[in-house]
Amino acid sequence: MKTLMRLRGKRIVGFLLALVIIIILGYGVEWAGLGVAGLVETGLLAMTPLALAAVGECINQKSGVVNIGLEGILLITAVTGVRGAELFGDGYLGLLTGLLMGAVIGFLFGIVSVYGRADQVVAGMGINLFALGFVPYLLMAIWAFPGIHIFPPELKVHPMYTPFGQLNAVTILAIIVSVLAHVLLHKTLLGLRIKAAGEKPEAVDVAGVRVDRIRILTSTLGGALCGLGGAFLSLAWFGGMVKEISAGRGFIALACVVFAGLEPLLALAAAFIFGFAEGFAFSVAVTPEIKRVMPGAFYFVNMIPYVTTLTVVTIAIGRRRFPSASGKPYTRE
Amino acid sequence: MRRFEIPVPVRPLVQSSVAVSIGLLVGALFMIIFGYDPIRAYYSLFMGAFGSIPDFVETIAFATPLMLTAITFAIGVKTGLFNIGAEGQMYLGAIGAVAVGGAITLPAGLHVAAATVFAMLLGAIWSLPAAFLKIRMGVHEVVSTIMFNWIAFHFAIYLAIYYLAEPGRAERTLPALPSAQYPRLMEEATLTAVIFVVLAFCIGVYVLLWGTRVGYELRLAGTNPDAARYAGVSSWRMMLLSFVIGGFAAGLAGASQIIGRPPAWSLYATLGNVITLGFDGIGVALIGRNHPIGGIFAAVFYGGLAHGGRYMEYDVGVSSELVRAINGLIVIALALPEIIAIIRRRLKR
Repeated sequence: MKTLMRLRGKRIVGFLLALVIIIILGYGVEWAGLGVAGLVETGLLAMTPLALAAVGECINQKSGVVNIGLEGILLITAVTGVRGAELFGDGYLGLLTGLLMGAVIGFLFGIVSVYGRADQVVAGMGINLFALGFVPYLLMAIWAFPGIHIFPPELKVHPMYTPFGQLNAVTILAIIVSVLAHVLLHKTLLGLRIKAAGEKPEAVDVAGVRVDRIRILTSTLGGALCGLGGAFLSLAWFGGMVKEISAGRGFIALACVVFAGLEPLLALAAAFIFGFAEGFAFSVAVTPEIKRVMPGAFYFVNMIPYVTTLTVVTIAIGRRRFPSASGKPYTRE
Repeated sequence: MRRFEIPVPVRPLVQSSVAVSIGLLVGALFMIIFGYDPIRAYYSLFMGAFGSIPDFVETIAFATPLMLTAITFAIGVKTGLFNIGAEGQMYLGAIGAVAVGGAITLPAGLHVAAATVFAMLLGAIWSLPAAFLKIRMGVHEVVSTIMFNWIAFHFAIYLAIYYLAEPGRAERTLPALPSAQYPRLMEEATLTAVIFVVLAFCIGVYVLLWGTRVGYELRLAGTNPDAARYAGVSSWRMMLLSFVIGGFAAGLAGASQIIGRPPAWSLYATLGNVITLGFDGIGVALIGRNHPIGGIFAAVFYGGLAHGGRYMEYDVGVSSELVRAINGLIVIALALPEIIAIIRRRLKR
C-alpha cells in the first residue's frame, strides 16, 4: 500500500513537472513572438505520430510482444506513404499505404518473434538498423536523389478548419484510437485474452485460444498504427521526406509506453506532453527572432524534446509492472 | 594458474555465416526489385573490398572504428545491458580529439596520446548520465541512451560550428595538427597506426573479461544476476564499469576518425564522417557474437561491405546505403535461434 502511494505520488509529481514545463514553454513562445494557438497546433501535429506508435506498442506489449523497432517502422512507412500517395495521386491513400506497410512489418515481426522464437529486442533493433540503410537506398532507387524527396504539394494531407483551430483528421483519429484501445483492452473478451497472453500464456492456451494468433494479431495492429504515424510524418506534417525524418520519435514513443505502464490513455497523455515539447522546439527553431538574438541557441532548442523525454520519464517512472511473459516466446509443452 | 586456450567457435561461426548469407540474399532481392543486377553488384563490392592489397588495407581502415563501437554494445550485453549509446559517445570522442588535436599545441609524441586519452574520457563521461539513470532511477537504457545520442548530435554540431570551426571553412572543424596525427601506414590507403591502439584495446577488453576476477564478475552479473548477488558482486558497480568501458571504446572510435583518418583529419560540421558508426557497431557486435575478438573479424567483414559498397555504387549504381540495410537484415536473422535448427532439419531430410 505504501509503495502504491509513493508510486502515485511520483506520477503526480511527473504530471506537475510536465505542467510547469508547458507553462514555461508557453511564456517562452510569447517571448519569441509566436501565438499559443499556433504552438498547440504544432504540438498536436507532433503528438499524432507519437500517440499512434505508442498506443500500438501498448497493445502489442500487453500481449507479450516487445517491438523496439518503432523508429524503423516510422522511417520505412514515411517513405512508403509518400510513394503510395504519388502512385495513387491522393494523400489519404498514401496514409493508407503507410498503414498497410506498417501492418506488414508488424505481421512479419509477429511471425519472427512467435515462430522464429527470436530475441525480440535484438530483432526490433534489427528493424531500426535495416531502416537506417534501406530508407536512403529507397530514396536513391525510386527518385534517384540522395537523402531527400519533396512531393507535389497537392498530395499533402491538409488540416481541417475547426472551431478549435486547424486540426488534422489523423490527429482526431489518433485520439479516438487511444480511447478504443482502452476499451478493447479493458472491456472486451479479446482484450482479456490479449492481457492473459502477456501474463499467463499457458492459461490462454488451456482455455483453447491460440496464443500465437493473438500475438501476431496485436503485433500487426501495433505495426499498422505505427505505420499510419510514419506516413503522417511525411505526408501531413513535413510535406516532404528526409532520410532522418523520424529523429528518435520511435524511441520517444517507447518512452511514452514506459511512462504509461502500457495504458493507452496515459500513453496519449504522455504523447501530448512530448509532442508539446517537440512542437515548441520546432516552432522556436524556425523563428527568425531566435537566430538573431542567440544564433547558437538553435542547437539547444533542438535538444528540448529529448531532454523533456528524459526528465519526465525519470521522475514519473517509479517501478512499473510489466506483463510477466513480456518478450518471451511461448511454446506449447 | 589460468590457462589461456584458443577455442574454435564452430557453432557461432556457422550461425553468423548463415545469418550473413540470409542478409546478402535478401539484399540481392531488394536489388532485383529495383532493377539492379545483384551478381554484378556483389562482384564489384567484393573486388572493391578485398580485390587488391591497398583495397584490403582500406577495408581495415573502415573496420577500425567499428571494432570499438561493437565493444560498447558487446560489453553492455555481457553485463545484461542493451547499451546503444555508442553513437553519441563517439560524437563526443570526435569533439575531444578535435579540441586537443586541433586547437592545442603539444610536443609530438605527447600530443597524439593526449588527444586520444581526452577523447576516450569525453566518451566515458557522456556515458555516465545514462548509467546513473539506469542504476539510480531505473530508466531503461534503450530510451535514455538514444535520447543522449540525439542531445550529443546537436551539442557536437554546436561545438563544431561555434568553437572548433576552421577559419574560412565553415563546413568542418580545425584539422588535427601534424603532431597529433597517427602516421599513415600506406600511401594508397587511409589506414593509420591508430589500428594498433584499437587492436590493443580490443585485446585488453578480452583479457579483462576472460582473464580477470572483475571480468568474471561482469559476466556473472550479466548471465546470472541472482548468482552474482549471492556471490556478493555489486551489480551497480558492474553496470557502471560496463558503461564506462563502453564509453572509452566509443570515445576512441570517434578519435580514430579525426586523428587517425586522412585526408580530412577533422570533423565535418554535419558530423558526416562519423555519423552512424555507432549504430553500425551494434550489427558488428552481434555478427561477432558480442565477443571483442569476434568483433574484430566482424568489423573487417562490415568494413569490406562499407568500402566495397562505394565501388558497387560507382559500377552498378546501387546506393551504398544498401550495405547498412543488409546489416539490419543480418541482425534480424541472428535474432532467430531457430533458423539454424530448421535449416539443419531440412538438410537431414
